[in-house]
Amino acid sequence: MSTPDAPRPLKYVDALREAVEQEMDRDERVFVFGLDVDDHKSIQGSTRGLLQKFGSDRVFTTPLSEDAMTGIAIGAAMAGMRPIHVHIRMDFMLLCMNQLVNIAAKASYMWGGQVKVPLVVRSMIGKSWGQGAQHSQGLHSMFMHVPGLKVAAPSNAHDAKGCMIAAIRDDNPVVFMEHRLLYGTETDVPAAPFTVEPGKARICTHGDDVTIVGISNMAQEAIRAAELLAEAGVQAEVIDPIWLKPLDIDTIAASAKRTKRLLVVDNGWEMCGASAEIVAAVLESVGPEAGIRVQRMGFAATTCPTSPWLEAEFYPNPGTIAQAAWKLARPDQPDWAPSPDRTKLAYQVQFKGPF
Amino acid sequence: MTEPNLSPADVSRLYRSLKRIRRFEEVTAEIYPSDKIKSPVHLAIGQEQVSVAVCDVLGAGDWVGGSYRSHAMYLAKGGSMPAMMAEMYGKDTGCCRGKGGSMHVIDVSAGVMGSSAVVATQIPVAAGYALAAKRAHAGHVVAVFFGDGASEEGCFYETLNFAALHALPILFICENNGYAIHEPIAKRRAKPDEICSVAESLGVPAHRVDDGDVFAIRRIAEDVVRRMRKGGGPALIEAKVYRWREHVGPNEDYDQGYRFEDEVVPWKRTDQVERLAAMVDDAARARIDSEIETEIADAVRFAEESPIPAAKEVFSDVYA
Repeated sequence: MSTPDAPRPLKYVDALREAVEQEMDRDERVFVFGLDVDDHKSIQGSTRGLLQKFGSDRVFTTPLSEDAMTGIAIGAAMAGMRPIHVHIRMDFMLLCMNQLVNIAAKASYMWGGQVKVPLVVRSMIGKSWGQGAQHSQGLHSMFMHVPGLKVAAPSNAHDAKGCMIAAIRDDNPVVFMEHRLLYGTETDVPAAPFTVEPGKARICTHGDDVTIVGISNMAQEAIRAAELLAEAGVQAEVIDPIWLKPLDIDTIAASAKRTKRLLVVDNGWEMCGASAEIVAAVLESVGPEAGIRVQRMGFAATTCPTSPWLEAEFYPNPGTIAQAAWKLARPDQPDWAPSPDRTKLAYQVQFKGPF
Repeated sequence: MTEPNLSPADVSRLYRSLKRIRRFEEVTAEIYPSDKIKSPVHLAIGQEQVSVAVCDVLGAGDWVGGSYRSHAMYLAKGGSMPAMMAEMYGKDTGCCRGKGGSMHVIDVSAGVMGSSAVVATQIPVAAGYALAAKRAHAGHVVAVFFGDGASEEGCFYETLNFAALHALPILFICENNGYAIHEPIAKRRAKPDEICSVAESLGVPAHRVDDGDVFAIRRIAEDVVRRMRKGGGPALIEAKVYRWREHVGPNEDYDQGYRFEDEVVPWKRTDQVERLAAMVDDAARARIDSEIETEIADAVRFAEESPIPAAKEVFSDVYA
């Protein structure tokens, strides 16, 4: 028999919405704003019903002025409110960089601890159906670079809710990175509010042959890769960092020290990226005597194309992840790759545009 | 010319505020060559009257925000003088505990938001404070100070629009000193005299004061702030002023070729510090001047005698 607070299957998008609704119920300082948060599509449903329940003082759209709107969010946060600023694509956050990097990240420090910035900036990464150059970017490494910001990248509905509640309750600016293709995916999520706290990674599958770190939706792709690898006799340990800043290097390093192979799969480019950071931090932590072989995977070193045939070359997928992991784990054996028709994820089979 | 609505006590108060800021910055400039002040200073000498006039109509619960040239605003709103001097000395007792310097002064207890060194960044941040003030329904307002250069940034336009749309209680104050660093406004704007019309076109009533008259600025500020407290929405004041010293640093720079001393002559002739000094009776003025000198000397001594921050403080307050 189920209790009211028992976990039940919930979509990622509904978990986001539920987290915000519960926090707005709990704390009247929380408000949601951004272009389209109050329209009939309500950011793919992630803000659905909030306007009706909380009114237009707490749920409102904005002019197309990302720079100033970010500053306004920061000022409101410093003045004691708890804003959630929403962008329907992460690419638009490039228009927010001045305020996020020069003010939000530095406010507590450069003003001697006299102010804090309890701000959540939600944004969604797009993928496929022609999202292309300016609707597909994962810019998390830019934000990880800057002291004073926190970065969350939940890969499933459970963590989406728990990270969102933790982010809203955090007294620091949190860049909250969502992925469009995760919106329809379901996991068991507790009905009552709970937090997934910053700085703790999750081991998703256990294995002794290779450690695979998957960031954002790449965690899901890595889990699928691990299933394919298992069929070929390779046991992969998949780790989802969940929070990229603060980053739980200890959990990743402990796993890599044991498996001696580390593959980091990012939803972004390799150059100066999260994958580069994780690999470097793990190697510094364990030292050369650990003898770990490492590899980064991420977006191809080019701009995201729109044609699906070109796009297939741009992203890592369960097949290419499994192939790379096999090479790390079985360097003396011939190359292996799973059958391409087995490397699609459920959402790739089911999902159709438009976005 | 006297101000009909102001009492002698009002004039004395305004004089004290003007003179206090003038002397604080003159002393700062005197100390600067000693290298004890380890911070770039952007002095407001010659343009103090804007901060003095506006802050005179603000009270507890109201906020001010500004740029890297914010000593005047900070002092006029009641920010702690010793804490600012200690901040410029890089000491642990500074208002930012040695992490902000002259460009990032703050005093939350006095309603001074942190000031910011990236031009125009505090304009939208101040609007965020104004949004919070509006939601709190307590009649408080926010005043944000910026220069003519900031009016060329995109977020100036963006913030005016949002403030008008939401009828935010925010007073935009453009201190137009005619130069962005060394570049005159005529090299930067096709229509240098149309800052007010930018605001008006977006629904923000705007007022311009061309002669630096502290009473005129105060009169407009008093009027618009009174309406703002009742939900009247934002307003803008453009006050033409002149920066007497170099953009950054303690010196004059009329020998540098980008501007010439004849420009400052009319502004020195109408210097508001001297003007109000002549309106206060001699005994009262002598007392005020003496108190100011003592206060500044005390602030300098506080800064000099304060401890330096411990090395570990480099990592504190990265996160709240």
